[in-house]
Amino acid sequence: MKGVLKKIVWGTAAVCLLAAPAVQAENIKIGAIFAVTGGASFLGGPEARSAEMVVEEINKAGGINGNTLELIIKDSGANPEKAISFAKQLIEEDKVLAIIGPSTSGETMKLKKIAEQGKTPLISCGAAEVIVNPVAKYVFKTPQKDSFAVKKIYGEMKKLGMTKIAVVAGNTGFGKAGKAQLLKAAPEFGIEVVAAETYDKKATDLTALVAKLMANKDIQAVVNWSIVPAQAIIAKNMRQAGWDVPLFQSHGFGNIKYVEAAGAAAEGIIFPAGRLLIAESLPDSNPQKALLLKYTNDYEGKYKEAASTFGGHGYDAITILATAIGNGGTDRDKLRDAIENIKNLPGTGGVFSFSAEDHNGLDIESFVMLTVKDGKFVAYEGK
Amino acid sequence: MTPELFFQYLFAGITYGIMYAIVAIGFNIIYNTTGIINFAQGEFVMLGGMISISLLQFMPLPLAVVCAVIITMLVGALIEMIFIRWLDNPSVLRLIIITIGLSILMREVALHIWDESIRSLPYFYGNEITTIGIGPVRISPQVLWVIGVCGVVVIGLSLFFKITPLGREMRACSANRTAAILCGINTRNMVTFSFMLSAGIGALAGCVMSPITYTQYDSGTALAIKGFTVAILGGLGNSMGAVAAGLLLGILEAYSVAVVPLAFQDAISIAILLIILFVRPHGLFGSSEAARLTEF
Repeated sequence: MKGVLKKIVWGTAAVCLLAAPAVQAENIKIGAIFAVTGGASFLGGPEARSAEMVVEEINKAGGINGNTLELIIKDSGANPEKAISFAKQLIEEDKVLAIIGPSTSGETMKLKKIAEQGKTPLISCGAAEVIVNPVAKYVFKTPQKDSFAVKKIYGEMKKLGMTKIAVVAGNTGFGKAGKAQLLKAAPEFGIEVVAAETYDKKATDLTALVAKLMANKDIQAVVNWSIVPAQAIIAKNMRQAGWDVPLFQSHGFGNIKYVEAAGAAAEGIIFPAGRLLIAESLPDSNPQKALLLKYTNDYEGKYKEAASTFGGHGYDAITILATAIGNGGTDRDKLRDAIENIKNLPGTGGVFSFSAEDHNGLDIESFVMLTVKDGKFVAYEGK
Repeated sequence: MTPELFFQYLFAGITYGIMYAIVAIGFNIIYNTTGIINFAQGEFVMLGGMISISLLQFMPLPLAVVCAVIITMLVGALIEMIFIRWLDNPSVLRLIIITIGLSILMREVALHIWDESIRSLPYFYGNEITTIGIGPVRISPQVLWVIGVCGVVVIGLSLFFKITPLGREMRACSANRTAAILCGINTRNMVTFSFMLSAGIGALAGCVMSPITYTQYDSGTALAIKGFTVAILGGLGNSMGAVAAGLLLGILEAYSVAVVPLAFQDAISIAILLIILFVRPHGLFGSSEAARLTEF
């Protein structure tokens, strides 16, 4: 027994010695906090996998200016407390150059102050506008702002001549923030929200809610702001009740799995999303097209699952960071300035142009309206 | 309220109610033989749905449902034999904590096997938008399936408990365990049977409900809470009472949408549970004498 133990100790020591030279080579540490498990794993899982894929690719190509990247991924499980302790650990102990993530807006808001105090650039994958408004010096984000999604939907409704709508939302942070944005922006577009309801995120059937809304003959369209499974259930219950007003969903519908879940009821759902889902049908002149196709092929080839816009947010975060490291080097403050100076960088969410006032870098045109036709996403072309 | 809307709420309520009732019946079976509430009942519902969805790739739908029910019954039996059977005269509290632990365990195992995405069986008849018109309202044919299965289960169970020797032995075990042992009934086997039976019914419910509600690794919990409320409301151990109470709660919930915001729907059912526990702890349809005889 003793002999075995001795061997293990010596063996470990030998391995450490062998591994040591590799550590000494120039290595840039990057922290990543994603909700790989838990309620937001549909975001964090693809984000973490996309970031890993990009880092692997960069290192294989010889790194950035000869320096390899080391990605330290922490799984927060969408828990803000965990995200906070991981952020502190990454900044103080691992001394990372920058952090990408977290996946959700709630976690990001808790990390804003920590990133500022630690003077560490943070590139979040959370959607809420409050992350970058007001601007915090070291905090950036890659997904399109949720207010853009709302405005894009209302813009489309205005084109269709709709003025009276119903808003329904799940009682998650995402649902509540979306509902608030929808109610706030409606008057700007001359739209009246005649009914607004919140349902439990675990609701299994919404037939009664649909019956209530259906009785109001004024309603010309329904906007639903939630995640699965409710976003499929509302679609089914509306169609089962024989109610055929248009159903708009949030940008959270951007995963083909959700279309499969809603089956025939998903047909005709209209929602805003980045161009990732319709990459093939984009004109060749589009600056994003080549990148979107490459990302989709690489991701689907490597992980054997459909690429989603959510994974794209992780891809964008690491790509922006890598570009900035290439331009600004490995000093945290210079890196921060380099991110702000990025202009016209194509990503999966849109073409990023950052500035001192805009830490999102995307405009409303980064969203397009999509619809579901024959079980596939296609660009929505009006009536 | 227009008559049309009235009936629409009514049918929505019946849909909810029947789903709650079929979960509640599973609670009742184990309660009847052991006097405990099995808080892992919702997980049996989830397992039934998940297993049948996985099996569907290899076999036609009816066979997948049958196999899922059988596999879940075996899981139920296994759980009872590993965690409960060998306990010597355990207290009610201890058993309840064990079942809560089991429900968490099953949920985590399901998360590792099936990950966190939502799945569902295809509709047994038609698809997501097929509806059947009954008078002025339209309902999904799947709702009729759920109602039919619930009816068959209730009738089958009452016949099973009244007529078959096994059913009678299970009842004897619940009425007086010592006397049942003296009569030569193996009460431990009866408890295993009751776990198998309720797991099977839970799994069947999980299969027929899956197209309507979807199945996710944690979808059992919410159903178990509603099922538990209905089981208490109808009087623990009373299957007919569970159906009546389920319909009552479902219809109340549906009509409540008309007057109060939807977010209060669950608050209403929990409030009803509390009122019943204070005022009529033996439930609407249970007898107070029977309630006094049990270990609670």
